[in-house]
Amino acid sequence: MKILVGYKRVVDYNVRIQVKPDGTGVVTDGVKLSANPFDDIALEEALRLREKGVATEVIVVGIGPADLTAHLRNGLAMGANRAIHVVTADAVQPLTAARVFLKLIEKEQPELVILGKQAIDDDANQTGQMLAALWDRPQATFASRVDIADGKATVTREVDAGLEVIEAELPAVITTDLRLNEPRFIKLPDIMKAKSKPIDSIEFGSLGVEAHDHLRTTHYAAPAKRSKGVMVKDAAELVAALKQKGLL
Amino acid sequence: MSKILVIAEHLGGKLNSSTARAVSAAAAVKADAIDVLVLSDAPDAIAAEAAKIDGVSRVLTIARSDNAHALATVLAPQIAKAAAGYSHVFVPSTTFGKDIAPRVAALLGVAQVSDVMSVEAAHTFKRPIYAGNAIITVEADASHTVVATIRSASWAAAGNAASSAPIEALAIDVTLPTHTRFVELKQGSSDRPDLQSASKVVSGGRGVGSKENFEIIYKFADRIGAAVGASRAAVDAGYVPSELQVGQTGKIIAPELYMAIGISGAIQHLTGIKDAGTIVAINKDGEAPIFEIADIGLVGDLFKLIPELEQAIG
Ligand SMILES: Cc1cc2nc3c(=O)[nH]c(=O)nc-3n(C[C@H](O)[C@H](O)[C@H](O)COP(=O)(O)OP(=O)(O)OC[C@H]3O[C@@H](n4cnc5c(N)ncnc54)[C@H](O)[C@@H]3O)c2cc1C
Ligand SMILES: Cc1cc2nc3c(=O)[nH]c(=O)nc-3n(C[C@H](O)[C@H](O)[C@H](O)COP(=O)(O)OP(=O)(O)OC[C@H]3O[C@@H](n4cnc5c(N)ncnc54)[C@H](O)[C@@H]3O)c2cc1C
Repeated sequence: MKILVGYKRVVDYNVRIQVKPDGTGVVTDGVKLSANPFDDIALEEALRLREKGVATEVIVVGIGPADLTAHLRNGLAMGANRAIHVVTADAVQPLTAARVFLKLIEKEQPELVILGKQAIDDDANQTGQMLAALWDRPQATFASRVDIADGKATVTREVDAGLEVIEAELPAVITTDLRLNEPRFIKLPDIMKAKSKPIDSIEFGSLGVEAHDHLRTTHYAAPAKRSKGVMVKDAAELVAALKQKGLL
Repeated sequence: MSKILVIAEHLGGKLNSSTARAVSAAAAVKADAIDVLVLSDAPDAIAAEAAKIDGVSRVLTIARSDNAHALATVLAPQIAKAAAGYSHVFVPSTTFGKDIAPRVAALLGVAQVSDVMSVEAAHTFKRPIYAGNAIITVEADASHTVVATIRSASWAAAGNAASSAPIEALAIDVTLPTHTRFVELKQGSSDRPDLQSASKVVSGGRGVGSKENFEIIYKFADRIGAAVGASRAAVDAGYVPSELQVGQTGKIIAPELYMAIGISGAIQHLTGIKDAGTIVAINKDGEAPIFEIADIGLVGDLFKLIPELEQAIG
């Protein structure tokens, strides 16, 4: 069984995002970029399925500019067998990303596609669901546990009401939640080994995907700041302050 | 002319308040019609509740045994068909809506606007990115249906109407897939207020130290009639179940009072509480980032302070 994994590069989660003063975007020059944390989890899950003998090959996919290769090498160092780099200099919206994945699915015929539930830059939380719809296959979003047996995936999903368990026939799309696993660290020898693993570059334009970007971002703003609060010295003072506000 | 279809969220035969919040967002579009769609195996009681929401023109129901559980693979094709003739489809941005809406959008071949915080015009919205550290203004193409999820914390629930809207059964002819099946829902049973809609929330973090210690949080919450929440660290450490997580990847909430106890205030946690009325922080570290955004801060050991608070409340 082949597994396709979404491996998106995003601004590292520790970076304090600054909106450009002219409202045209956020400052991304010189900031640290890392794998989307949910995608590291997706890759880890795929690797574990391979180690259990459920999967035979794990392919990481990145859609992005030419310099994405260094990032894809990290995915290879973590343990993916190979990488596919869909090269585009333009920002790609989720529906377009889903259409790209669908093209790759037609070519690679995976039994499982694992994506992050959301990318922590745009926080769209869409790509996996859109892909599953276009592919006309099951989706199991926000997964915190995955078991594969007898041609189906039994997935525990983190939903608002608690934990939901669903069964999905393969092939299927799974999107990861944070508690699915803890991704492994990359070891130095693996970085060396990754150098010889293949990265397949495909020009976005050659895929025949319509870039369907219906949404235009016209302005970026910093969020409204909360005004500075007060410190109280003890429990009695806190209770008095809350009572005064009618909150207790 | 805008005509909006709002997808009702419900569980156990009860309408979720996220639906009335999505109706508020629809009202902000100044729509000519706002219809609420209830998909269920037994929609009648839910539809009756939805019909009472102020601003609703009609409630449409699709009663099918397949709709007993909210499976995206089953609901999305029905919603996509029902969406014909509507300019907008609004779905609450809860795990229910986040699962379903993109599938609907893809079936319609349109983009989706996630987490709408405000409506600027019929096709212009504000939404957060980077865990709420930037707010973008997004313009959707007016020649396509707008599929959007509505960030519940940004919208007050629409009130009750003077008279109920009419309820109509909808016949949708579509074959539904059987490749995805519901197995079970494990719900933490609790008589405490619901985290997402509670007016007061008491949250504990890693500082609480253990599952046993968390009793002190539960007890205090019960004392002031609050729901209980938690940081990711507290959930990961197994102190509390995952549905209590507040933050970027947990629940986004807007209670009148939020008390963060033994929580450092990581950006991903703060994302979940930005719209809270009053934020209180209790932490033994006076330098903890939570104090930068708290309205009222108290430095000290939670195990000493909580009993003192209980005493001071009287
Ligand atoms: C400031 C800024 C700069 C941007 N620069 C670029 C850029 O240089 N290049 C670019 O392509 N886009 C760029 N984008 C677009 C954006 O980052 C996303 O690719 C796109 O909007 C998809 O949204 P999402 O990742 O939030 O989707 P989500 O639906 O939240 O993503 C879910 C999952 O889908 C998969 N996935 C989605 N996109 C990709 C991808 N590109 N590669 C691999 N897996 C993916 C991942 O598994 C991810 O976890 C930029 C956006 C902003 C705000
Ligand atoms: C992609 C991503 C998504 C994330 N999503 C979320 C999310 O949705 N929600 C979330 O919460 N986190 C999220 N996180 C994790 C987040 O970054 C923090 O790690 C987490 O919020 C820390 O939890 P905490 O404040 O309980 O723990 P800590 O940071 O360890 O803080 C514990 C605090 O307790 C205080 N303390 C200790 N003992 C006492 C005592 N006796 N009395 C008083 N105070 C005491 C300490 O001073 C400290 O400030 C996410 C992280 C990533 C990378």
